[in-house]
Amino acid sequence: MDYAANLAMTLPELVLALGAIALMLVAAWGGPAATRAVSWTAVVVLAGACIALTGPASSGGSAFYGMYRADAFAAFAKVLIYAAAAVSIIMAPDFFKRTAGDNLRPEYPVLILLSACGMGIMVSASDLLMLYVGLELQSLAAYVLASFMRQDTRSAEAGLKYFVLGALASGILLYGISLVYGFTGSTLFDEVAGAYAAAPLTGNGKAIGLLFGLVFVFAGLAFKMSAVPFHMWTPDVYEGAPTPVTGFFASAPKVAAMALGVRVAVEAMGPAHDQWRQIVIFAALASILLGAVAAIGQQNIKRLLAYSSINNVGFALIGLAAGTPEGVASVMTYMAIYIVMTLGSFLVVLQMRDEDGQPVETIASLAGLSRSRPGLAAALAMFMFSLAGIPPLFGFYAKFAVFYAAVEAGLFPLAVVGIAMSVIGAYYYLRIVKTMYFDEPAAPYGRGDAVEGGLIAVAAVIISPLGYLLIPALTAWTLAAANSLF
Amino acid sequence: MSFPILSLMLAIPAVAAIACLFLSASAARWTALAATLVDLALGVVLWTSFDVGGAQWQFVEYAPVFGRFAWALGIDGYALLLIALSVFLMPICIGASWQAIEKRVPEYMAAFLLTEVLMIGTFAAQDLFLFYIFFEAGLIPMFLIIGIWGGVNRIYASYKFFLYTLLGSLLMFIAMLYMSITAGTTSIPVLLNYDFPPQVQTWLWLAFFASFAVKMPMWPVHTWLPDAHVQAPTAGSVILAGVLLKLGGYGFLRFSLPMFPEASASLVWLVFGLSAVAVIYTSLVALVQSDMKKLIAYSSVAHMAIVTIGLFAFNAQGIEGAMMVMLGHGLVSGALFLCVGVIYDRLHTREISRYGGLAINMPRYAILFLLFTMASIGLPGTSNFVGELLSLMGTYKVSTTIALLCTTGIILGAAYMLYLYRRVVWGEITSEEVRAMPDLSGRELWLLVPIAAAVLWMGVYPESFLAPMRKDTQILLARIERATPAGDSRPTKGTGIVPVAHAETPATGHEAPGSAH
Repeated sequence: MDYAANLAMTLPELVLALGAIALMLVAAWGGPAATRAVSWTAVVVLAGACIALTGPASSGGSAFYGMYRADAFAAFAKVLIYAAAAVSIIMAPDFFKRTAGDNLRPEYPVLILLSACGMGIMVSASDLLMLYVGLELQSLAAYVLASFMRQDTRSAEAGLKYFVLGALASGILLYGISLVYGFTGSTLFDEVAGAYAAAPLTGNGKAIGLLFGLVFVFAGLAFKMSAVPFHMWTPDVYEGAPTPVTGFFASAPKVAAMALGVRVAVEAMGPAHDQWRQIVIFAALASILLGAVAAIGQQNIKRLLAYSSINNVGFALIGLAAGTPEGVASVMTYMAIYIVMTLGSFLVVLQMRDEDGQPVETIASLAGLSRSRPGLAAALAMFMFSLAGIPPLFGFYAKFAVFYAAVEAGLFPLAVVGIAMSVIGAYYYLRIVKTMYFDEPAAPYGRGDAVEGGLIAVAAVIISPLGYLLIPALTAWTLAAANSLF
Repeated sequence: MSFPILSLMLAIPAVAAIACLFLSASAARWTALAATLVDLALGVVLWTSFDVGGAQWQFVEYAPVFGRFAWALGIDGYALLLIALSVFLMPICIGASWQAIEKRVPEYMAAFLLTEVLMIGTFAAQDLFLFYIFFEAGLIPMFLIIGIWGGVNRIYASYKFFLYTLLGSLLMFIAMLYMSITAGTTSIPVLLNYDFPPQVQTWLWLAFFASFAVKMPMWPVHTWLPDAHVQAPTAGSVILAGVLLKLGGYGFLRFSLPMFPEASASLVWLVFGLSAVAVIYTSLVALVQSDMKKLIAYSSVAHMAIVTIGLFAFNAQGIEGAMMVMLGHGLVSGALFLCVGVIYDRLHTREISRYGGLAINMPRYAILFLLFTMASIGLPGTSNFVGELLSLMGTYKVSTTIALLCTTGIILGAAYMLYLYRRVVWGEITSEEVRAMPDLSGRELWLLVPIAAAVLWMGVYPESFLAPMRKDTQILLARIERATPAGDSRPTKGTGIVPVAHAETPATGHEAPGSAH
């Protein structure tokens, strides 16, 4: 295959990489004054990358000697990632305008573009090293973004913590990759899968090596998804990072990590299905339980949403545990609906600021919001009920899809335990609604930005019962994506 | 396809609910009243154009717009009656909140209209998951109604209500997923005739039971109900007791019995046991309550137990009786909560001991309250008599012991209701506050008199209500016949005018030579 065809398949990454480099030069010469222009251009670049997905990038097959996949699955994940990245760029200026001493610099959109590029490589990787390169590109950009408020010690702490723990996770992942390479003789997913299929996975020494490799790779991936027991960094990083960045962390990288996990599980380690299923089931149930229980005592809305994201990753993993095309489709459905709910919630968190425009993050400050800002309160209540999976909101369909897949695969105990634990989660989502609707009003918030208000309204409409009309399209699209893996 | 009247009945309150949010308090009141009255009118049209004895499913609508499940609506006789009950009570609820609710009126009206949408939707849904969505979504407006406009301890009550019912429903959800995957359809009419293997049925039945028993509520998972009733505003209690409790009974009737007949038959002992305990235990608890709403809440649990025994009697009397109790209780308990609301609005207390002698200064109130008290006891001529008699008759055929135990509930019911009535209405006026209470206003009469008329209508001419469901009961019985448990009462057919001795002697005489051969 010639290079032109290979490059055509990687066009979205090319657009993002070249766009990021060009904008970095603009930033270097233009300085802070160019922030606005760079931000909007970055959004245009992301839109361009989306358009680039329509060509061979979504249907071309395999590029660069099997290291890169341009299939419907990658394309679906990339659309979600780019959309989340664009929203993260749009919601930043208003936030940074109000932070003392930390203005938005043009590097912010550039870093998001680079991170999105890395995520694109992650979801398209079909080679363990390719996977690692994409993951690191995404992570390095994210470490800087977490500490973007240089005057703020919490932000610096978040960045450092993320970096140290992320480096540890990368080490674990690399160790797993080296074991897999050592025992299979290849880093290409197809050949790894062949080796797993050929070797009996019980008994002899080689089997133990293969299993160890699998466990370490999944541990590294679980860290990136922030699935229990590798979730420890999440609340601290989410709390410390600037709110738009937290919104970004809770959406795009989650989709990327989840899609990556799905691809590794199905394409590289599909034959070891019974082995990784145990890990996934444990991580799913542990994430649902811990994400629900630990969130109950939180006073900070960002920490609460961090635990909520852990909780939701657990539900998405239930779809992966099914291991069927329907299961994979349900994971993608879950992530698509999840990012709408999460970005909507973070957009509301951005509106939480006192009269002087300083951000407030305590849940107590939401008290009586339904009387001071009824529209905002209604939107957040919808996001909360939706995250809890209560019909008729669209979040219910996300849970419907994953549990449908789990029941279809015969995983009844998993489905029953998982759904029963979602009641614990409902409790803390209800607490937010209770604070907004039942409590006496606290000091009202200052007015917000019109663009953000519009985005909140769009997110609210999507997760309202009207969203159910999207189901046929979503089902067809996710099933096409999932079938491209099998 | 005919005119989509059911969708219209859902759309009108839904649109009005959204409109209310943007209106002032008084405009929201009028909008809500208008919308519920239009729905009532549509309900009347629905009933009059319902073809009694015609097709099992009427007013069917089908639009597969959701991919994995469909917008499928349609009603049979049971659903018709329960929808009629819902649309009948809704304008009364709005009227009851006219003056009692002063803060955040637009949101209140929106929440009530939303509840109406979800109730009608639950009864009309013909798709498994559409049913689940309507069924479960009802939690949200009720949670807000209790939490925002409730009493002192409203937050505890709202959480308890929400989480209790949610836990029960989620297990049912998993069972529904299994059923739709196994049977390959989400259509309720198709599933009604799908036979699951008996051992699977047991699990599915238990999952559905977890949901409906909480909703019903059955002892021992009834504890959310007294809390929710006591804390909810008057109209909230009316709709909770009047319609939302019926979702549990409707669920048993629509899902548990016809879809899992073998499991239902093998677990009859569980339903009967819990119901018998509920009737006696909650009646005794009701007897010692000092809070009026709590007393009526406990009496609801006892009445609902009469519903469950009737449903699981596996015969026409039991099932039709259970439906009649549901309808009658919906009217009577709603009216009783309104009666409590009337005096609560005047004195702002529900303590029974603060009242007394109301017959002296509130004669019209005393008469209506007496009627509803008697109806609650099950006096002949009122709605509950018909239902309770049929239900207990049906139960007697299956289990004489349970029928005996549950009939004590009627006696205990008379005890606590008459005791309540004596303390509140009879006697001398002891405090000046009570003496100053005015009699029913015109608005309050408009709320109570229609219910009183309906209660008497059901008691005097129950045929109007039995006719629409007769054919559905026959279909249901044909479906569950194969699993009907053997009764212990062994009723013998009457032998007409022929004296027993004369009829039997020739038979034995004839048999004896036969055996000698």
